[in-house]
Amino acid sequence: MSAPPTARRAAGVGVAWSLLLGALSGFLLLLILLPIAGLLFTASPRELLRGLRDPMVGPAIRLTLATTLASLALVIGCGTPLAWVLVQRRGRGWRLVETIVQLPVVLPPAVAGVALLLAFGRRGLLGPALGGLGIGLPFTRAAVVLAETFVAAPFYLQAAIAAFRRLSPELVLVARTLGASPPRVFFTVALPISKGALAGGAAMSWARALGEFGATLMFAGNLSGRTQTLPLAIYTALESDLRTAQSLSIVLVAVAFALLVAMRVGTRT
Amino acid sequence: MSASTLEIELRGSVGALTIDLALSASAGPTVIVGPNGAGKTSLLMMILGALPPVGGRVAVDGVVVFDRARGLDLPVEQRGIGFLPQRDTLFPHLDVLENVGYGMAAWPRAERPGRALVALRELGAEGLAARRPEGLSGGEAQRVALARALAPAPRALLLDEPLAALDVGLRREVRSFLAAHLRRLAIPTLVVTHDRADAEAFAAEIVVVEAGSIVQRGRLAELAARPATDFVRQFLVA
Repeated sequence: MSAPPTARRAAGVGVAWSLLLGALSGFLLLLILLPIAGLLFTASPRELLRGLRDPMVGPAIRLTLATTLASLALVIGCGTPLAWVLVQRRGRGWRLVETIVQLPVVLPPAVAGVALLLAFGRRGLLGPALGGLGIGLPFTRAAVVLAETFVAAPFYLQAAIAAFRRLSPELVLVARTLGASPPRVFFTVALPISKGALAGGAAMSWARALGEFGATLMFAGNLSGRTQTLPLAIYTALESDLRTAQSLSIVLVAVAFALLVAMRVGTRT
Repeated sequence: MSASTLEIELRGSVGALTIDLALSASAGPTVIVGPNGAGKTSLLMMILGALPPVGGRVAVDGVVVFDRARGLDLPVEQRGIGFLPQRDTLFPHLDVLENVGYGMAAWPRAERPGRALVALRELGAEGLAARRPEGLSGGEAQRVALARALAPAPRALLLDEPLAALDVGLRREVRSFLAAHLRRLAIPTLVVTHDRADAEAFAAEIVVVEAGSIVQRGRLAELAARPATDFVRQFLVA
């Protein structure tokens, strides 16, 4: 017994639909997977290890770790209170602040670099004041930390604001009626309940700081051992030794992937 | 010893609230009913100190916690008023015993678990002490939340729709338990509800609030004999 024509047509549509879905999603998957495969499989392990022995690798890794951890500490230490304040306050002005702190996410890195120079540079807004104190920020390690913080903070802020907003107002009020002052509510209710989401935001923010390139290049320069972070070292190595650039890239991919996995596991619980 | 009291005299901007109410512990719980948006929850929030009234005075057990004329406005945590909201009542990151102990910061650390256990026992919930909130039924959670509210010995107790989040079967069980327990309390107790069965079970006195003011008060039978408004008539029929 043959199927009625409408059923046959439906089966044909089904096949075409599957093919279309497969082709479109396959194209994007390849576009993402091929470059990563290129990084991982175009050099022998020995070549990659030799690449890692380049003299600029060690200082770049140490500098990247030190500056990104410093910026992470700044982001968490100041971002958590800022998110808490933004969630507590009502009013259009505060919503505008909330939007403005998200701006670095969509800002081109070059623009971020120019903006940082115009704020903290010698001729920037704070330049004369800082100069008076004998402080010159551009092209220093502190400039690297500032650039990383500027581009990475919004990722943590977004996660922290969302987490604090999910907190039930009833729960906060109950804690107050049980004698808890606002600081105690923050530390014993808001923070512990939100810690998974905060850790996820911190991981995202750290991953962003690790990859920071454009703003650092423009505001802090590319001085080996002083302001040359991993992404800048990759850029420099590309001109002399592709394998070194490749080895360093694999290091960053591995760290980023580990952070992504940790974040997905962390936010699931 | 005279029974402890809760004196409320509030004017709020939210829905132009004007409430004048004196509760005494010996009279049993007072139930506030009224249509949605009548100002019932706003009233509770103002008594607790979570919403600023534009005027008036609140005194708990003779202690003035809010007095607009004198510029006195104690923060929530210094008013000594217990509160049971309708849902999201327990701290999800603490076990039951820690939940009940949360309000006992004034007691020495070593004494807290013992006192928390006593508070649970009084509500027949000591068996839950080691459980996590996510594993409790709605009824068990409300028992624990009540134990937690009472553990620091508050001077008054407010309940906001304590049964509304429970499903119908549980609601009956928790209602009779709550009613029996609230009647035994030696502190002024105020319950907001929209459910006639709750009002009947809890109340010595029912206060009807509409559009921010008290339109009628009395026992259920008195309200039934002379309903002052359409809402009261409908409420009694429901």
